[in-house]
Amino acid sequence: MIGQMFEGVPARALACGALLLAALLAAPYVVNDYLLTVLIIILYYAYTGQAWNIMMGFAGQLSLGHALYVGLGAYTAAAFYVHFGISPWIGILAAIPIAIAGGAIIGFLAFRFRVGGVYFAILTIAFAEFARVGFDHFNWVGGSSGFFLPVANYAVSDLWNLRGKPMMFYYLILAMTVLAFVICRLLLTSRIGYFWLAIREDEEAARAIGIDTFRYKMYAVILSAGMTSLAGIFFAFFYNNLFPEQVFHISRSIELILAPIIGGVGTLFGPILGAFLLTGLSETMHAILYGFGIDIPGVKQVFYGLCLLFVVIVLPHGVWPWVARVLGIKERRS
Amino acid sequence: MLKVSGLDVFYGDAQALDNVSLEVTEGSIVAIVGANGAGKTSLIRTIAGINRPARGQIQFRGRDIAGAPSHKVCDLGIGQVAEGRQVFPSLSVSENLDMGAMLPRARAKRERNRERVLDLFPHLRERLSQPAGTLSGGEQQMLAIGRCLMGAPELVMFDEPSLGLAPTIVQQVLATIRDLNREGLTCVLVEQNVAVSLRLAGRAYVLENGRITLSGTGPELLADDRVRQAYLGM
Repeated sequence: MIGQMFEGVPARALACGALLLAALLAAPYVVNDYLLTVLIIILYYAYTGQAWNIMMGFAGQLSLGHALYVGLGAYTAAAFYVHFGISPWIGILAAIPIAIAGGAIIGFLAFRFRVGGVYFAILTIAFAEFARVGFDHFNWVGGSSGFFLPVANYAVSDLWNLRGKPMMFYYLILAMTVLAFVICRLLLTSRIGYFWLAIREDEEAARAIGIDTFRYKMYAVILSAGMTSLAGIFFAFFYNNLFPEQVFHISRSIELILAPIIGGVGTLFGPILGAFLLTGLSETMHAILYGFGIDIPGVKQVFYGLCLLFVVIVLPHGVWPWVARVLGIKERRS
Repeated sequence: MLKVSGLDVFYGDAQALDNVSLEVTEGSIVAIVGANGAGKTSLIRTIAGINRPARGQIQFRGRDIAGAPSHKVCDLGIGQVAEGRQVFPSLSVSENLDMGAMLPRARAKRERNRERVLDLFPHLRERLSQPAGTLSGGEQQMLAIGRCLMGAPELVMFDEPSLGLAPTIVQQVLATIRDLNREGLTCVLVEQNVAVSLRLAGRAYVLENGRITLSGTGPELLADDRVRQAYLGM
């Protein structure tokens, strides 16, 4: 497994990766609280981007409703913690199956009845919207007036209950991002990765060579949903408040897919690079504008739009394939 | 080897196949000819498990496979070379070939089959690392056939292998099918190019509006007045 992980990776890529990881590990001791929060947001999008990329980038199934899995994970773990005092680490055991069930229902309906392409994407939006409206009336978790986790000032971080300082959350999301990267790498080099690739390239042809396309598309949805629900748990315990109107909103689903699109759909490192570029640049711009005393609401969204426009026109395969070429690192199948 | 009986297939309310029966004996080439929209592709897709029949039986080596999913059908040894040369365009020729050998039945024989395919299509050997999308139409058709053979099939259904190819390439492709058949591969050949496929086929069926209207040996059909008038313009 470890051999498979590093097989065929150029030394230069390993060196770059090690350098980046070292920098990220050291970062909390160097940067201030504001920058640490920015880094947490970056890694959060790097993680969710990687999870989404499994479905779209690897298996070619466009989901525009990933907020659903974030929300299901967030609400499940938060409800267990608030109502029963159960640690989110135990809550995971309920959150993942619930998110997977949501994904499996969508996948089953779509793939069984051959709903593909744009119609599949619409189905994913519809389910996220169902959840938004449903949770608005789900009073056990606060309904439309929101669901709150108890907040207090913590002298020491309590990792078991995920209560504590930003530094703990930073290392947690960093670990999740690295783990997701390892999982994606192993998937891409295994047989399942090849099957996904065939399905993404040409589903009819994949079927003609005997690939059980239904099963492998289901695997992609289930994996992606399960991984995304973990991001939801992180979201709930980091922000401490959940509103259906925010958590399940379609703009959450869209934000989540920007990083992999800008970085490079279907690539391994694209979602991570995309998250750094997008959040990094927009925060920089925000800071500069703020320095001039300009505070325009919605400027971030406009900026995201411009980034997307730039990438689609100039680098339609994303920024990472181009950067990789410049660095002399060739990533297969990008 | 393959026996289809009383097959009905619908797309919604439209009937694509109406009581179709045919038989393919081991080691033969069976041609299915007919005009556009006669149901040729529907027939192949139904045998391959992509469409589900409303009625009827499909027996392969005595086993009913009607309605079985396509990956199961493939794994029993029925391969198909789909219409329009469906190669994976951004994968290399070599990767395309490997994709054909992902089935359990083919994995063990992968290296041997690969050599066999590359001996059969020496052109592909020169282009192993090239993306399949950059190949010419004829080469892509060779690759599609080669990828299918990587799955170690016992029966291969070719859907319009000559479609959109230059006449000399058509001859090559059909000669390849004939050679494969001589090596023992059972072939089902669906073609609009009626004259050529009837010459190649041991047995042939004429499909019209979803029904089999004529059947016989290749030479018989070539001599048949109705075939000559309708398909050969004589």
